[in-house]
Amino acid sequence: MSIRQMELEVMRYDPERDTEPRFQSYSVPCQDEWAILDALNYIKDNVDTTLSYRWSCHMMVCGSCGMMINGEPSLTCKTFIRDLPDRVRIEPLANFPIERDLVVVLDDVMEKLHLAKPFIIRNDPPPADREFSQSRAALNKFKQYTMCVNCMCCYSACPQYALDSSFIGPAVLALAHRYNVDSRDQGKSERLDLLADHDGVWECSFVGACSEVCPKSVDPAAAIQQMKIDGAREWWKQKLKVVKP
Amino acid sequence: MAIAKKAFVWGLFAAGGTVAAIVFPVLIVLFLLLSLGRVPEGLQFGSIHAFAQSWVGKSGLFLVLSLSLWHSAHRLRTVFHDFGVRSDALVAKAVYLAALVGTLITALFLFKM
Amino acid sequence: MSRRPYIRPVSKTTWYFRSGRYKRYILREITCLLVGLYCVLTIRALAALAAGPEGWNVFLSAQRSPGLAGLHAVMLVYFLVYMTFDWFKLAPKAMPVQLGEKKLPDRAIVIAHYGLWILVSLMLFRLLGVI
Repeated sequence: MSIRQMELEVMRYDPERDTEPRFQSYSVPCQDEWAILDALNYIKDNVDTTLSYRWSCHMMVCGSCGMMINGEPSLTCKTFIRDLPDRVRIEPLANFPIERDLVVVLDDVMEKLHLAKPFIIRNDPPPADREFSQSRAALNKFKQYTMCVNCMCCYSACPQYALDSSFIGPAVLALAHRYNVDSRDQGKSERLDLLADHDGVWECSFVGACSEVCPKSVDPAAAIQQMKIDGAREWWKQKLKVVKP
Repeated sequence: MAIAKKAFVWGLFAAGGTVAAIVFPVLIVLFLLLSLGRVPEGLQFGSIHAFAQSWVGKSGLFLVLSLSLWHSAHRLRTVFHDFGVRSDALVAKAVYLAALVGTLITALFLFKM
Repeated sequence: MSRRPYIRPVSKTTWYFRSGRYKRYILREITCLLVGLYCVLTIRALAALAAGPEGWNVFLSAQRSPGLAGLHAVMLVYFLVYMTFDWFKLAPKAMPVQLGEKKLPDRAIVIAHYGLWILVSLMLFRLLGVI
């Protein structure tokens, strides 16, 4: 087990003392199998206890540890030092206000989650006499969209969200799509707001960065394009009076 | 709730993009051949004029040109937005008007064939 | 303890220089100018065609130019790379096809698009007497 000395340039920001963020360099002796999160924990435990950052599970399921690693939004528990050069720049997730050091304010997206109406909406009750089963084929239609851990890396990658934070954004739209495509759900018409408003799918210009950075391969870009096609179809159906607006 | 008008324009954009992606390489190659002085048989006046007079030709040319114009217009609107031009309503009116004019002119010439 | 969240400024006009991914996106989006350009050139051709054989022949000879040939060649390559090939690469995202339990791999849909494109192109070239 060899030690690799790495230089971590970490963005710091103390709201009570700094007028703007600055970088601080740390030299960290890293073990081969470490992820960047381990290096940060080393700094916190041994070098500088004032460094603030979020993390929890260390296994890509909680979505807490999203940060910019050499300019790329990533989970620090999933980014291994073996894939990185000796100098690594760590910044808080882009496109979000910085609370302190590597901690960002995620309120904007948290407040948008409900817009997806992320729950099964049914007109008919589930069967009373047997299991409400769902075939594997039906599950596979939406399974990838259930994998989102709300890490917000997609929002950091999305230039449209960077330009205008009123955009509802990849994760929330993918979440809505997850329910629209779930065979148990009958609530597509309730989620039309996302297709009706200008902050919804239509703000997306299919840059595709969201899907490229998503650590769980949710592919929100695909979800959004499919919603756009749904929306285009709905528009014609409404115009031809097949459905009520 | 009424679906945003953007749904309609996006539909045209997507259709136009598919058509352009498939047909325009051929179109550019034709212009390339003409610029090299090579006039393929099908572009001699007799053949191409007959094609443009036929209903197949008229509708084909109209469809390809109008959808491509709308694709180009909608994408240009996005480009303006991406380059920092914030007056989206104005840009939208300008580009769609241009596409409409192009579509009408196309229809006019095809009618006059 | 007082909060003072810091908002990092993003340039509305030069944000795309931040990464290769963003630059390639912009290069892809401005192919709309090529589409618009060739629409205009084609409409001008239709105008010449509608003017009769003399008008058409004048148009044909006006096209003859090595300078234009160079431009068309460059624009053909740019169009193929940043429009056609990119469009085909993105197509599977918008149209997932599920056969039974498995989703058709993206590659299959991309290949289908290429197949259609090659077929249509060959057909058009054949009809026009280019091949």
